[in-house]
Amino acid sequence: MKINNIGYLLKEGVRGIFLHGFMSFAAVVVTVACLLIVGSFSILVYNVNILVDRLDKTNEVMAYIDEGLSVAEAKQVQTRINLLDNVYKAEFKTREQALEEFVADHEGDSAFSGVQAEDLRHRVVVTLEDNALMEQTVKELYEIEGVVNITASYALAEGFSTLQNVLQIASMVIIAVLLLVSLLIISNTVKMAMYDRKDEIAIMKMVGATNGFIRLPFVVQGFLLGMLGAGLAFGLEWLLYDFLVARIAELDTLRMFQFVPFQQLLVPMVCTFGAAGLFVGVVGSWTSIRKFMNASAK
Amino acid sequence: MIEFKKVKKSYIEGNKALRGISMQIEDGEFCFLVGPSGSGKSTIIKLITGELKPTSGSVHVNGYSLERIRKREIPYLRRTVGVVFQDFRLIDNMTVYENVAFAMRVVGARTQEIRDRVPYVLDLVGLETKSRRHPGELSGGEQQRLAIARALVNNPSTIIADEPTGNLDPARSMEIMTLLQEINNLGTTMLVVTHEQNLVEHFSNRVITIEDGLITSDRMDGHYVYEDQ
Ligand SMILES: Nc1ncnc2c1ncn2[C@@H]1O[C@H](COP(=O)(O)OP(=O)(O)OP(=O)(O)O)[C@@H](O)[C@H]1O
Ligand SMILES: [Mg+2]
Repeated sequence: MKINNIGYLLKEGVRGIFLHGFMSFAAVVVTVACLLIVGSFSILVYNVNILVDRLDKTNEVMAYIDEGLSVAEAKQVQTRINLLDNVYKAEFKTREQALEEFVADHEGDSAFSGVQAEDLRHRVVVTLEDNALMEQTVKELYEIEGVVNITASYALAEGFSTLQNVLQIASMVIIAVLLLVSLLIISNTVKMAMYDRKDEIAIMKMVGATNGFIRLPFVVQGFLLGMLGAGLAFGLEWLLYDFLVARIAELDTLRMFQFVPFQQLLVPMVCTFGAAGLFVGVVGSWTSIRKFMNASAK
Repeated sequence: MIEFKKVKKSYIEGNKALRGISMQIEDGEFCFLVGPSGSGKSTIIKLITGELKPTSGSVHVNGYSLERIRKREIPYLRRTVGVVFQDFRLIDNMTVYENVAFAMRVVGARTQEIRDRVPYVLDLVGLETKSRRHPGELSGGEQQRLAIARALVNNPSTIIADEPTGNLDPARSMEIMTLLQEINNLGTTMLVVTHEQNLVEHFSNRVITIEDGLITSDRMDGHYVYEDQ
């Protein structure tokens, strides 16, 4: 394509948009709405992943050590635990430290006042890399000599991964459906522009314009619509996100939920919206153009 | 050059629009194609422009073999063949100038070429003073001149006209036919479908007569053979 045609293409693309002003407006609005929801779900999944990751790190596995071992021997067990693949962190606690924590937790509770350090075991507090693999890792822990008992909460670990999986699948379905919706409306807008100009297209064919040349302005039109929708959706998403994060922070005084600032999501979000806009715009126009050109192909 | 060899064409099974056409039109020739309604004249034109494929036989146009042309070659064939129709087929919301420039732009001509060439062809067809008007503001004869300018602008070696005077009064028809004759004198091959006996006889060019899908006469003396009723 020669340089002097780029101006022509842009002009024709824009003309196509204004020729059906209302339809283009509707297409952009629907695209914005769809992409906004698509973006929101991506951000939600992203934040939940981070949250789950963080909660995972508080979900600890406790490995109790044979009381017959000395502190030095028990620390060797800790070293071996640290060498396991899925272990993120392994922290050694003597029975005295455990007692202190125990007492602190049950302060003023007379039932436990008689508990002595000797009643407790040395232990290693293990944080896992991936809690989904907890069962496997616990098996490996049992195989280490000196580990006599383990407590771990599978239910919690599984709960997190289930939540994550459900959310991921749900968002993928929603994203796919909404992308399809905006694709269809852009496709329809471009189709209307083409039917409007079928006489012009017939003349172009008659004088020997290539199919590629005839199609391109409509692809440009779809591209512009998609990009306009993506740009607006991106801006709105940013505002909406900042607003919601501020509101949640106000309500959530315990800081249970922490959200990544939007600025940190800038690059992935620009890519997501850009790709989505490109996809619905170009693929949307291309499908209707193919149909049209084949229908009137001679 | 246009060459048909034993060309048959059926639109639907069994019903033959062309039943074996063989003819050759040399570069620079002016040829009328006459015959009764439904005899197959427009079908011949659609075969030449690649809009239809022959059912059997071969069609050669300006170096392209139409019976086996690839889809993406068709635009390049069409750049060698300018087409003019009875109903003009102009773009109403473009000016006279733009209608002609459009045909150049869509085949990738440069802006400077367009600026040089469009006034030249508008001058050739006598529309140089009306370049800013819209087709709706032109008479029928002027609209057909504009269509001819557009067909000419990409400098095709051949021009094909399907009843170019069908919508015009006798005086306008004579003007248009004279214009086509002048263009032919500049070297462009001309194939003109017409029903107008007096024009055919006036210009005394080659006349191919086609009846019921067959050539029944091919004469060089401008003789109009059959009687139109
Ligand atoms: N698209 C089509 N489908 C089926 N039959 C067709 C089609 N186009 C033309 N025909 C038939 O083919 C035959 C030749 O038609 P054609 O249009 O070539 O005639 P013509 O000589 O141009 O007539 P006219 O002088 O009326 O324009 C006619 O019998 C016509 O009915
Ligand atoms: Mg006809």
